[in-house]
Amino acid sequence: MATDGLHENQTLASLKSEAESLKGKLEEERAKLHDVELHQVAERVEALGQFVMKTRRTLKGHGNKVLCMDWCKDKRRVVSSSQDGKVIVWDSFTTNKEHAVTMPCTWVMACAYAPSGCAIACGGLDNKCSVYPLTFDKNENMAAKKKSVAMHTNYLSACSFTNSDMQILTASGDGTCALWDVESGQLLQSFHGHGADVLCLDLAPSETGNTFVSGGCDKKAMVWDMRSGQCVQAFETHESDINSVRYYPSGDAFASGSDDATCRLYDLRADREVAIYSKESIIFGASSVDFSLSGRLLFAGYNDYTINVWDVLKGSRVSILFGHENRVSTLRVSPDGTAFCSGSWDHTLRVWA
Amino acid sequence: MAGGRPGAQMPHLSKMERVVVSMQDPDQGVEMRNQRLRITVIPHTVAGSDVVDWLVQKYCISEEEALHLGTLLVLHGYLYPLRRPRSLVLRPDDTPYRFQTPYFWTSTLWPAAELDYAIYLTKKNIRKQGALVGHEKEHYDQLHRKISHTWDLVVMQAREQLRAAKQRRKGDRLVIACQEQTYWLVNRPPPGVPSVLEQGPERSSCTAGRVQMTKNTEFYKREMERYRKALTRARVKSSVCLEAYLKFSSQHAPHDPIMSGCLPSNPWVTDDDTYWTMNAPSVTVPTKLRVERWGFSFQELLEDPLGRAHFMDFLRTEFSAENLSFWEACEELRHGGQAQVHAMVDAVYQQFLAPGAACWVNIDSRTMERTLEGLQQPHRYVLDDAQLHIYMLMKKDSYSRFLKSAAYKDLLAQAVIPPEAKRRVFPFMRKLPHSSPSPALLPASTSGEPVAAASGPECGDGGT
Repeated sequence: MATDGLHENQTLASLKSEAESLKGKLEEERAKLHDVELHQVAERVEALGQFVMKTRRTLKGHGNKVLCMDWCKDKRRVVSSSQDGKVIVWDSFTTNKEHAVTMPCTWVMACAYAPSGCAIACGGLDNKCSVYPLTFDKNENMAAKKKSVAMHTNYLSACSFTNSDMQILTASGDGTCALWDVESGQLLQSFHGHGADVLCLDLAPSETGNTFVSGGCDKKAMVWDMRSGQCVQAFETHESDINSVRYYPSGDAFASGSDDATCRLYDLRADREVAIYSKESIIFGASSVDFSLSGRLLFAGYNDYTINVWDVLKGSRVSILFGHENRVSTLRVSPDGTAFCSGSWDHTLRVWA
Repeated sequence: MAGGRPGAQMPHLSKMERVVVSMQDPDQGVEMRNQRLRITVIPHTVAGSDVVDWLVQKYCISEEEALHLGTLLVLHGYLYPLRRPRSLVLRPDDTPYRFQTPYFWTSTLWPAAELDYAIYLTKKNIRKQGALVGHEKEHYDQLHRKISHTWDLVVMQAREQLRAAKQRRKGDRLVIACQEQTYWLVNRPPPGVPSVLEQGPERSSCTAGRVQMTKNTEFYKREMERYRKALTRARVKSSVCLEAYLKFSSQHAPHDPIMSGCLPSNPWVTDDDTYWTMNAPSVTVPTKLRVERWGFSFQELLEDPLGRAHFMDFLRTEFSAENLSFWEACEELRHGGQAQVHAMVDAVYQQFLAPGAACWVNIDSRTMERTLEGLQQPHRYVLDDAQLHIYMLMKKDSYSRFLKSAAYKDLLAQAVIPPEAKRRVFPFMRKLPHSSPSPALLPASTSGEPVAAASGPECGDGGT
């Protein structure tokens, strides 16, 4: 009946406004305990000196845009994936390619190295996450042992192994994240709550908990309990898609990079945004962020082909790194913090130190 | 003309537009000049170097950064060179540029319409008397085939536009031609030139009506539940949280190779991987910095396999090694394969929790009761409570004793501080980077725990 439709619309509108007012109350509560700004506290901290970081390695071999990369725990190997479906494992110290596999899909937007160093995971427009064991047997074709693990209903945007080779966490354009058992492909837990594509995730380095943070096109960053599937905290201050999230090394905070050209720091105990890293001359979106080992520096790759280095405590930009000839799509600091690697739409990866 | 909402999809476009609008401000903008081009005078032009200087002043950035930003403005078609309109490059000299008319801004006229492109190419074809070349010839032929049924309309429009253009002053004609050419260079770049408008796979925030994420009553109810829970959450004062960052960063700064360097040298800088050899997961003598880190937090100690091994040795002297073993077994369960869950829970129960178990762990009765109950329906998180209890016990008790123990003090005393590598004076003496065995070559650990990969020639290289 026509009146039913009208009634539902009114209910929807009133629900929406009720949600808005609750959100407003939450912001008020959060503001009550905000007694000082980060840059004020950081006034006592010594300013950083001149910063010199250069490209120390350039990895050439992808025939198209590099979309994602991840480090191996051995601190020198990396896996990278690109638009043309190629996934390559490199010893980036020697720049030798050690493995290569071609996925049956284009835009492989996610890849990850297993903690053991014996396998990699990747996926993209095939809506799946597949695991490939790394083999040095010349008679074996890497693609032959491929294991299809995750199945989403839209593109795979990010994936990460948990503390072992046996579980994978994925994020997808279908608006959900999910935890999978690698051996069986069984869905262990799914995470619903984003109102649009989920673009990134990062596992918390927490000593006791099982949490991770995700960021999406709904401009929200959400923290999840892996065990219950519930969202435990959410932050909505970005003005555009969140492309990248990364935990501060202590696990008490995380940084995000967004298409709104800012990076932001969110504290989990204060339950609020505590810093914005932005500059008027930085106009293009930040695609990828990561912290140096001590958490003092935040490296961010942007769609304007540059990498900006931020002083996390003082909020100022320390350095801008040129070199890539197209947008920087992925950036990760190495496991021992000696360098970071950036991947770009210019088909190359660079290791900076 | 189809419209997306490019401003929303590409927020950098609106920002670039604000920049070029400021640049054209009569008082604060870039200096405008009249530029003589052969016999015509073009008004409202700017010199490349003036554009760069303006950006330097306005944003307090270096010339390099200003040139880079200015180049992006040109690449996106917001500025075009008058003299060599085919080359979208910003030259920091007196090369004249003009600001693109808003009519041709990407946010106004996006995505570029095929019909418009057909008309543009047809005009060019007519002007060049059929001598279109390269990708433009290809596109022209393609379009001709594709929309052959309306081709008469295309030719008519093209002829009309050319006729109207002839009636303009030479200067205006030239400017309009440049504007149009720039627009098409941006929207239909020649082969080999990447498109600056490419955004990658479509994201749902831009398209309307994606069924699975319609904001229905379920969505808002969940949101409200989330807000209500969040309102009851305990928060910590900002000052306390922020102080913690200062403490963490200053404590870890000496351990941050990018901040403080690393000894003997950063492998990426000198091509010498001694740093990795000396910090391999299972060296005999760890470095001082490494042993110090074990004192920062219990988590740091456990995360380092060497630290964990020494802690285990210490626990043995206190007859509480079963605590750490229990904790490790619980970790294996939590992160293990789904098919192994039942077997693992059983094994842990037999070894650590059953009455008279070989490595019985001392858990408080409440937790033990809850755990035993949970074991009726085993799942991977069934031992979480017990694991947390034991973890806290170790952290508050054994860990603090470990740090005060003679064992730890000895480790600190015997730890090495690598000497700084001598700077190489002669470039041709540069060491070639050693290759190292891939972790995939090593036998995998049966427990599925991360296999600590030796990253340097530990065996038989003679060391450095």
